[in-house]
Amino acid sequence: MTLSILLMVSSALFCIGLLAALSRRHAIFILIGIEMMLAAANINFIAFWRYNAQPQPTGVIVAIFAIAIAAAEAAVGLALIIAIYRHYRTTNVDQLDRLKG
Amino acid sequence: MINIAFFIIAALTLGSALAAATNPKLMHAALSFAIAFVGVSTLFFWLGAEFVGLVQIFVYIGAVAVLIVFTILLTRREGEQLRGFNWSGVVVALAVFAGLVWSILKSPSMSILPPEVSPLTVKRIGEVLMSDYVWPLMGVGVLLTVALLGALILAMEDKRE
Repeated sequence: MTLSILLMVSSALFCIGLLAALSRRHAIFILIGIEMMLAAANINFIAFWRYNAQPQPTGVIVAIFAIAIAAAEAAVGLALIIAIYRHYRTTNVDQLDRLKG
Repeated sequence: MINIAFFIIAALTLGSALAAATNPKLMHAALSFAIAFVGVSTLFFWLGAEFVGLVQIFVYIGAVAVLIVFTILLTRREGEQLRGFNWSGVVVALAVFAGLVWSILKSPSMSILPPEVSPLTVKRIGEVLMSDYVWPLMGVGVLLTVALLGALILAMEDKRE
């Protein structure tokens, strides 16, 4: 199993996340797409850590920090979606165009 | 044998991620998202990073997936049209994927096999977190506290209106 196959799996996951973030109308699924892109980056960190001959735990530590930051981002994003829903009664990002010039 | 396991994990992860990205039913898509993250953490286990896989399951399946399901239930309205899908995103995602695969295939240093290394124990991760990475760890602690307070303030009812 070479490193390039792992990197292709993680880039496929990244592009599926990009597809969700760009194509979905629902705000929660844009957040889910961003989470998928972060998970793809974590797969890359772990893969490069595993295929390195010198045993340094940096890749694992960075992945743990990335998971913690992604959790904080998800909490704030979902709170924002609830606040937006309370004001505008919608979560469709096409209708949230109050700031449009 | 171990390669067959990898391909099963990868197919499960990518299939359920694709279902989460495209399924028009919101609750089904949220559950597919949970399955996709189980697949990602299984991939971490397969790669030998057991601690990260466990953290991934705790944080994503235990917290983020439940939060997403609750938010879907709290913001759901009958008869609202949320099933639209913007097809230009497919073109952009396929173009990015083609570029990434092309650059991975072009670089010769990527076709290497994993070396034999001693497994990374949780004890070693704890030692490294408490010595070399103690300031980033403190920073993440502060960030999580601030994010928790910010999420509370954002989601709180506005009593003045």
